[in-house]
Amino acid sequence: MERIPILRMGNFLLVTIQVDMHDKLAMTLQDDLTKAIADFDSRGVLIDISTLEIVDSFIGRMLANIAAMSRVLDAETVLVGMQPAVAITLVELGMSLPGVRTALNVESGMELLQESVGSFHMSMNDGSAET
Amino acid sequence: MAVQKHEVVPIESSSDIVLIRQKVRGWATELRFTLVDQTKMITAASELARNTLEHGGGGKVLFEAISNGTRNGLRLTFEDQGPGIPDIEQALRDGFTTKNGLGLGLSGSRRLVNEFEIASKVGAGTKIVVTRWK
Amino acid sequence: MTRLPEIIQKYESEILADWMKEQLAAVRRRDLMNDVELREQCTALLRELARATVGGGVDTNSPAFETIRKMLSDISASRARQGFTPTETAVFVFSLKQPLVTRIRKEIGNDTVALFDELWNSNLLIDKLGLFTSEAYVKSREQIIARQQEEMLELSTPVVKLWDGILALPLIGTLDSARTQVVMESLLNAIVATNSRVAIIDITGVPTVDTLVAQHLLKTITAARLMGAECIISGVRPQIAQTIVHLGINLSDIITKSKLADAFALALQRSGRTVVKAGLQEQKPNANGQLVEENASRGVKG
Repeated sequence: MERIPILRMGNFLLVTIQVDMHDKLAMTLQDDLTKAIADFDSRGVLIDISTLEIVDSFIGRMLANIAAMSRVLDAETVLVGMQPAVAITLVELGMSLPGVRTALNVESGMELLQESVGSFHMSMNDGSAET
Repeated sequence: MAVQKHEVVPIESSSDIVLIRQKVRGWATELRFTLVDQTKMITAASELARNTLEHGGGGKVLFEAISNGTRNGLRLTFEDQGPGIPDIEQALRDGFTTKNGLGLGLSGSRRLVNEFEIASKVGAGTKIVVTRWK
Repeated sequence: MTRLPEIIQKYESEILADWMKEQLAAVRRRDLMNDVELREQCTALLRELARATVGGGVDTNSPAFETIRKMLSDISASRARQGFTPTETAVFVFSLKQPLVTRIRKEIGNDTVALFDELWNSNLLIDKLGLFTSEAYVKSREQIIARQQEEMLELSTPVVKLWDGILALPLIGTLDSARTQVVMESLLNAIVATNSRVAIIDITGVPTVDTLVAQHLLKTITAARLMGAECIISGVRPQIAQTIVHLGINLSDIITKSKLADAFALALQRSGRTVVKAGLQEQKPNANGQLVEENASRGVKG
């Protein structure tokens, strides 16, 4: 079954959504991500939607859910690269994704994650074995 | 109102929703819609197709390229023989605060299109016609 | 059945000559009229008219007249663009009446019933074609106006880059729905193009802010936030502040500043920069870690 690949980058997970997802694929991604956060003890999730041309209420809710679930698992989520036309349409639809942090691109998104998460781990790193 | 081109697409599964999004993209591109207008129309179609599938139990959508003399437009008619909507006013009023998925797609889609008509009869089905002009 | 086709064909060159004469007399802008081109247009139209009236009679809506309708639309559109008046454009068709009528009389002459029929036919035909031409002219004028409006809209929504990653959008004049859409799009596209994290929307030049305008602004700001950029509204005058409160508009999530300068300072701060005064001797560590004196760089650090 097709799945959207999840990349692990140290403490963070990176997901790039490029395809026009059908509902099942979106739900699978949601499940896969929450599982991965738990499995790898990730502290942050970066979702790159810079090539996603359509975000309807279903996808919007999925993104909000991922952010909420991650937070429960002690991970931050940052959504990056939303296209202007998509942003305009989402707002018109009535979705503003209040619980989701955003950034312009992967680079700024990573910076954001480092800021909110990195410092915590720097203070935890006292030279003992990596958890 | 002249209809230049028309096509009927069934809505039976969630992959049909993806297909319909792609089709709307194609039709909207041919009609030379701007990127934002295309995105709005595709998103509205996605919402309504999903409603037809999940609340209507499946149905179909009619694509029509229309012209009213001076402007060209895309008209989509979503039809199902499902349970119907008991209180249309309320369905249209509900925003994203309700858990009832029905309201979300309808009120949102209405804002994304230029013309929106809805007819529904409990026990018989629902018909929604949306139009976006170039 | 009308005899127009044969009449037109028989007297083609004479009708053409008279028709050209009538037109040149009616049009004031001789410089806009190219004789050679005009003759070509008229000849083509006359021949097509002869063809069309065979199949379609005088029903200008019939398929037989499709080619003529297209020809007239094109001619009208080009005349509209060139600057001919509506009358000059309509005269193109109406001036065909006299030459045509003259030849009809010559050909049918004494048969009063047939003469009347044919005169009426030609009258009807030319009137319909003339009206069609006028309609087409008006349509193209409207298209030109619409396009010019669009261009004006684009010109009046300049997005300015204040600094690396900081944009400013000075809004001037009233914000209506159409204008705001264009403005919204320009700003959001500029944010992506320049990779800007902060956008300052200055409303000093906006006379009034009503609920609708506020809604549009809020939508723009929400969209920008979804994309990863932050908006600051500046230029909020006391009267506007009052209006906003009176209308019960909730701007609690948005940063507003009364002066553009303050907004800029805030924007710099939020993008991790500081402004350093020029000419100070500053001690900075060099590559070897030794502290050396050097002139502090002027301007903005970061």
